[in-house]
Amino acid sequence: MATQHSRAAARLMISPAVLLLLGWMIIPLSMTLYFSFLRYNLLIPGMEEWAGWTNYEFFLTDPAFFAALKNTLLLVGGVLLITIIGGVLLALLLDQPFWGQGIVRILVIAPFFVMPTVSALVWKNMFMNPVNGLFAYFAKFLGLEPFDFLSHAPLFSIILIVAWQWLPFATLILLTALQSLDSEQLEAAEMDGANFLNRFVFIMVPHLARSITVVILIQTIFLLSVFAEILVTTNGGPGYASTNLTYLIYAQSLLQFDVGGGSAGGVVAIILANIVAIFLMRMIGKNLEA
Amino acid sequence: MGQITLNQITKSFGDVQVIPPLDLQIDDGEFVVFVGPSGCGKSTLLRLIAGLEDVSSGDITIDGKNATEVPPAKRGLAMVFQSYALYPHMSVRKNIAFPLRMAGIDKAAQDAKVAAAAKVLNLTDYLDRRPGQLSGGQRQRVAIGRAIVREPAAFLFDEPLSNLDAALRVNMRLEISELHQSLKTTMIYVTHDQVEAMTMADKIVVLQAGRIEQVGSPLELYHTPRNKFVAGFIGSPKMNFLTGSFADEFDAATIGVRPEHLTVSQSDGKWVGKVGVSEHLGSDTFLYVDMDGVDEPITVRSSGEIGFRHGDIVHLTPAPDKIHRFDNQDLRIA
Repeated sequence: MATQHSRAAARLMISPAVLLLLGWMIIPLSMTLYFSFLRYNLLIPGMEEWAGWTNYEFFLTDPAFFAALKNTLLLVGGVLLITIIGGVLLALLLDQPFWGQGIVRILVIAPFFVMPTVSALVWKNMFMNPVNGLFAYFAKFLGLEPFDFLSHAPLFSIILIVAWQWLPFATLILLTALQSLDSEQLEAAEMDGANFLNRFVFIMVPHLARSITVVILIQTIFLLSVFAEILVTTNGGPGYASTNLTYLIYAQSLLQFDVGGGSAGGVVAIILANIVAIFLMRMIGKNLEA
Repeated sequence: MGQITLNQITKSFGDVQVIPPLDLQIDDGEFVVFVGPSGCGKSTLLRLIAGLEDVSSGDITIDGKNATEVPPAKRGLAMVFQSYALYPHMSVRKNIAFPLRMAGIDKAAQDAKVAAAAKVLNLTDYLDRRPGQLSGGQRQRVAIGRAIVREPAAFLFDEPLSNLDAALRVNMRLEISELHQSLKTTMIYVTHDQVEAMTMADKIVVLQAGRIEQVGSPLELYHTPRNKFVAGFIGSPKMNFLTGSFADEFDAATIGVRPEHLTVSQSDGKWVGKVGVSEHLGSDTFLYVDMDGVDEPITVRSSGEIGFRHGDIVHLTPAPDKIHRFDNQDLRIA
């Protein structure tokens, strides 16, 4: 009796929080769904009407959609590749005993604290600018033609900026994983005749597998929605060269004032994100078990 | 072959010298046990021999070749670690085969050697399991298997039984001793447990603060300890030490009597005391007797049927030829 009562009381007590969180999610989601079926343009207010699947048809057949899809996948994949390989190498380096280790480790996380707009602007104006940027300066110093990163390799530049921001996160997680590796295991491998490369491949990498999984999962979630870095650097251009799905939806609803089309894009993005999530869980979820 | 000679080796960590100059000769096929209290440098000494630590000075010779600068893998020694240090993501088979794989031996030869080792160690049924699915004793055997397949010049054991429960420890002790009998390979074994040292060793090396206090066979150490430290460390329960007027009688600064060399009587004897705690083990009874003029209670080992209680007055008599005498430098007086 007592447990039944307390259970009922507990449910009553947590219900406001649950309802609030549910509403927080359900209301915007259902509004997006609703808008996606309307002909809803901000330039002609009061003229909303039912549009059926037209918005979806337009969005999914738009060549920009495929460009954005490809860019999104390239962006996520490129950043994951750079941060994980770079993160493992940096973690190996930071795991060595050296003077000033504590300070260096703090400095390494610093990029993670810089907000995306700021770091993207710093990269754009101080490094990649073809006239005043540091890279241009170095190119000129070596007698080369300065390279205009943001116009000639826009997606690559954005991958670079985003990877720079996420590298500390990967490094930190992988470093703690590396530190939890039993030193006797490494010594045993050393006695067994394994050189450094063998120890890395057979002992360290399997030990890091779980942490790498965590890094991939968390980063994928955030990288699918990269926006600020694109907005302040290339504005998705030139053309659609650096437009990802998130940016395309923004452009559709707020630059072309087509709220209906943007909402349809949002729903498509939700579905795609879930497909990616399912694939990820299938591929690497088994690493998280046991 | 497995002859190891340490010549004037030292080890310092920063300004702290943990091993002062030390010489030691280990003969081929010997079972040598390094024993001493925690922090006496016995594990460090083992790691120096293994090559996991570099010596600060001196040389190590293995089978007549100077091995001081040789990397651990090339010394031909195999080590069993306290934590076993198994590779958790590999099956037992792959764990045991790992040193062979690193040596580039072909797959068929690897399988044959792993199968042979598994048979010796009763691991055949577990070859496809992961270390996480094994019990402590089985993990221990996998670690030994990984050492055996390399056919090393010598095995190094770093407190291998300290993570096992008491019953299993006795079993594994026997298994390691049997392994030594069948392989006839040099084994160096580090422990802080003098029972393991006494039961397994051909030669015991007693260490304290990095110094070798005495080297000898178990019975040599038991019967003629070179100094008070060795006398107190070897033997269980510990030797009793008496000073002052008790020792003066024997022309010594301290005398030592082992608990098993004291006879206890209700009526008459050399020394008088009062029984404190008595521990009944069935086969034996340990009496802790408080005596005037002695700080610590005197331990007496007597038969299991003895019926003294707390507070009883008892008389103790040491066996006259079993009294160890030490001078004021704690050295044995012959």
